[in-house]
Amino acid sequence: MPLKLSDLSVGDVYSEEVCNNLSRTQIVQYAGTSGDYNPLHSDEIFTTQVAGYPSVFAHGMLSMGMTGRMLTNYVGDGRLTAYGVRFTAQVFPGATLTASATIDAIREENGEHFIDLSVSTQDSEGVEVIKGQASARVDA
Amino acid sequence: MAVDKFPIEAGHIMMFARSIGDANPIYYDEDYAKGTEPGGVVAPPTFVQASAQFDPDYFLRPKIGQEWFGSAKGPTGITPKEGGGSGGGSGGGLHAEQHYVYHKPLVAGDTLTATVKPGKSWEKEGRRGGKLMFSESVTEYRDLTGDLVVTATSVGVRTERPATS
Repeated sequence: MPLKLSDLSVGDVYSEEVCNNLSRTQIVQYAGTSGDYNPLHSDEIFTTQVAGYPSVFAHGMLSMGMTGRMLTNYVGDGRLTAYGVRFTAQVFPGATLTASATIDAIREENGEHFIDLSVSTQDSEGVEVIKGQASARVDA
Repeated sequence: MAVDKFPIEAGHIMMFARSIGDANPIYYDEDYAKGTEPGGVVAPPTFVQASAQFDPDYFLRPKIGQEWFGSAKGPTGITPKEGGGSGGGSGGGLHAEQHYVYHKPLVAGDTLTATVKPGKSWEKEGRRGGKLMFSESVTEYRDLTGDLVVTATSVGVRTERPATS
């Protein structure tokens, strides 16, 4: 359901757990659908022995996609006008992530109403893995 | 990534939504989707990333008959060059930022084209990985009528050595 202007205030926060104990299989699933088969995300032998990382890790775009689910659940389908993130830390198998959106501004443009959100996704230790912003159209 | 023809297919959207853990029926149930504001099955906000599937040259997909840098018999499938380095490597940098601007809903049945323009590039001294080299690319996704659907700005970073957080 789209959001309604009269129900919204600057500072409102919406959050959702977007993954719990992230599996290597889900990372493989994302490789298959996105088409990004970089072995850093699925090939433990290559990643530890050649690339020098402690383990395979999730595509940044998987974390962005999971965080996007929180956004569309909050603002409604087809309402996002912008969504951008920085990948601030790697996400390893076993991660449990919580994504949240905070209303920074409510504005009007050409008779339509929009909210600007800051977006943050953190792991269970409070490490921020995604930091971003989004905007969405809301109902008057 | 530049793509001549990116068909927005309902089955692909369903599988993509599953892979990001999103059970919203608007991504797979046409009857449900008809009753929603967009009026049909739409793609999740990060779906255009999957245009890589339709880029014939996408370098992070194994190609028939070519060596692949992931492990096989050995930890990398790349044959070391004579007198050259160890082979392998991190596969061309990491994704630092991604930004989307949405101009109109992306609906199953659409066909998009993607054109890429280079953006800025810059360097920064990193805390853990040595020097960081950033570069930006801007991809415009348009439908068959030429309307802009999504603008995607991607920032990649290359590090001198593996950067773990």
